Amino acid sequence: MNLSQLTPGERGTIVSFTDLEMSVKLMEMGCLPGEIVEVERFAPLGDPIAIRVAGYQLCLRKNEASVIIIS
Amino acid sequence: MAADLKIALVGNPNTGKSTLFNLLTGLNQKIGNFPGITVDKKTGFCKIGDDKTAEVVDLPGTYSLYPKSKDESIVFQILADRENRSHPDLIVLVADATNLRRNLLLYTQVADLQIPVILALNMTDMAKKEGLAIDIDQLSKNLGVQVVAISARNNIGLKELKEAIANAPSIPTQEPGTDIQVLAPEAIAATGQLIKTTNPYFALQVLHQHSEMDIYTPEQHQQLNQIASEHNFESSKIQTAETVARYRYLGTILSGIITDTGAQKKFIMSDRIDKVLTHKVWGFAIFLLILLFVFNAIFSWSAYPMDMIEEGFARLTDLGHEHLPEGMLTDLLLDGVVAGLGGIVIFIPQIAILFALISIMEDTGYMARVTFMMDRIMRKFGLSGKSVVPMIGSLACAVPSIMSARNIENWKDRIITIMVAPLVSCSARLPVYTLLISLIIPDEKVLGFISLQALTLMGMYLISIIAAVLVAFVMKFLIKAKEKSYFIMEMPVYQRPRWNNVLLTMYEKSKTFVFEAGKVIIAISIVLWVMASFGPSDRFERIDQKYEKIELQQDSLAISTLERDRSAEKLENSYVGILGQTIEPAIRPLGFDWKIGIALITSFAAREAFVGTMATIYSVDSADEEATTIRNKLKGATDANTGLPLFTFATGFSLMLFYAFAMQCMSTVAIVYRETKSWKWPMIQLVYMTALAYFASLIAYQLLR
Ligand SMILES: Nc1nc2c(ncn2[C@@H]2O[C@H](COP(=O)(O)OP(=O)(O)OP(=O)(O)O)[C@@H](O)[C@H]2O)c(=O)[nH]1
Ligand SMILES: [Mg+2]
Repeated sequence: MNLSQLTPGERGTIVSFTDLEMSVKLMEMGCLPGEIVEVERFAPLGDPIAIRVAGYQLCLRKNEASVIIIS
Repeated sequence: MAADLKIALVGNPNTGKSTLFNLLTGLNQKIGNFPGITVDKKTGFCKIGDDKTAEVVDLPGTYSLYPKSKDESIVFQILADRENRSHPDLIVLVADATNLRRNLLLYTQVADLQIPVILALNMTDMAKKEGLAIDIDQLSKNLGVQVVAISARNNIGLKELKEAIANAPSIPTQEPGTDIQVLAPEAIAATGQLIKTTNPYFALQVLHQHSEMDIYTPEQHQQLNQIASEHNFESSKIQTAETVARYRYLGTILSGIITDTGAQKKFIMSDRIDKVLTHKVWGFAIFLLILLFVFNAIFSWSAYPMDMIEEGFARLTDLGHEHLPEGMLTDLLLDGVVAGLGGIVIFIPQIAILFALISIMEDTGYMARVTFMMDRIMRKFGLSGKSVVPMIGSLACAVPSIMSARNIENWKDRIITIMVAPLVSCSARLPVYTLLISLIIPDEKVLGFISLQALTLMGMYLISIIAAVLVAFVMKFLIKAKEKSYFIMEMPVYQRPRWNNVLLTMYEKSKTFVFEAGKVIIAISIVLWVMASFGPSDRFERIDQKYEKIELQQDSLAISTLERDRSAEKLENSYVGILGQTIEPAIRPLGFDWKIGIALITSFAAREAFVGTMATIYSVDSADEEATTIRNKLKGATDANTGLPLFTFATGFSLMLFYAFAMQCMSTVAIVYRETKSWKWPMIQLVYMTALAYFASLIAYQLLR
């Protein structure tokens, strides 16, 4: 399952990434394998989404969220 | 000034580097609750101890030394190049204490460059509120560098930080962190040999990023590429491995350092606000209401001070006419310079209010929410959510906004943003709109309370924004993408706006506006006035002879309008008159006569010149001393060819459209050149905007007349 499939309020644990380049950026911003992520809200038009990870809020497009594999 | 020590402020975005910089140097670097406010380096000076001066450099925020956008790349450029003017002797790494682990990732990279570092833990006020306690001494021991707790916003810990800077050793003391060598042992060794460095991390960085560094020769670049391919150097993979290793190291460093007593989290409040402000339905409704409020404020709050300023300048002109000796110089001073300046100063209230409201939106963190909400829409038009900031900023002025586009990661998104930002109506168009609207739109109220004039003004802004978005949409198909576009942004928690900062912004921006525009206007006024008062001598002689003859004939009707006709005819035959008439055939279909043509020409350098030019031309033209305000002069103006009132609805509207779309700002051309490093983009922009302006005016005039 990937992060873009969650709905607001749901959580998961990051397992891995499907896109190498994006993973560099995401990891630098604190999205590490093993971290718990929670989807906080969708933007009014359903995309991007805001997630809580490592104690702060990050927003990213669904497209980008889909490279984050969670369990 | 010669400095004893060079210090660079490095850190993640939005951690308070610029706030600290302002505290240290007393300067007013822009601050805002939005990641990526600072996009260029800025230097200031600061006293350290009793007798030392330090040069402090504020830098754009970055999450790592591997830049993802243009502003971020400045950090590595400065830190990697020892010859760089701003290369620091000491780095103050500003970290957000409420998110220590992620902030320290950058610390570990910077520390590995072997430059002396001090760690400044900022936002300790927030950390305390959240119930986070950080064992500073232990952290300092673990890292091997000085650690100082500060709160830049509240001016806490500055003294200790300065002491730490004064005591900082000139050689790096940091504990060795992650083992870098294992990431790519052979490649690092080969690079180290080539560029003669014993620092494995520096060698690794060079291998990753040398194509962006201009300190190496072409052969060296080639050799580096060879090393990379020989040793199978996969940049992304190795960066990932590095990041993982660093976080693992930080895990051990930070264990037992942070105690979380679990008090109220800072984001709980933020979350509550966001439930409303980014709500599915209410989100956009509130955003629209805020924009409406901004426009209404610009109009209604500023009406009173604007009237006062207008009256003041009219009185000043009267006084001048009474007391100064009559003559050319007085005319130049009063009709050219004073009128031109009056045309600018009057807009201070509107500009101050606009800047204040934008700065409040940035300061509270609302702007970040707007980018979040708008991303989906903006993407459809070839832009990114982050383009919203430069576009809203362009309501005030396109020049700083085009620079702020540096934090848009994707090249194509950024170029399109730069290309369309100048279409958004900036504050320099405000004088033009306001003047023309007052001429062609009756001062009436719709539904009893909304001013028709204010509504028209908002319409002009709307037209400009729609044009910007449509042009972006066209460019989306014309410009080829270089890389995938993405939108990953940290969402700051809401903060209270700092009112003194808002006031300061109002003051600073108004001052710059008046001085920058003032310079241009005085220069243009003088040139224009001279060119309007003189012409080819044979033509002027002929006019003088003609009027002397009429005077002799004593035709009473002709004499009553004698002075007026004479100056009108002189203007027509002056150098600007000739110039205006030369371009008249081209602008006639837009409803403009040659006098407006003159204003178009002077506005080419800066559109602010419009009001002053009109004032000068119509003053030279008319002998009517009664009409002191520009508005009254223009109300009485007649078309130079037909003799009918000049400012009909069709002409006025056509002229507004022309000013809305035309690229009449040299500063913008210059900044686009600087930001894109080529003449291609500013030229395309100049051509498309001029064409757009011309055809929009043409169509509007032909339909409305
Ligand atoms: N609570 C709190 N807020 C702070 C502190 N220092 C700065 N801020 C706020 O943090 C926000 C960001 O401040 P800036 O100084 O613009 O941050 P920056 O690091 O220069 O940001 P970029 O230029 O975007 O990288 C502003 O809203 C500041 O008011 C602090 O000590 N405590
Ligand atoms: Mg800054």
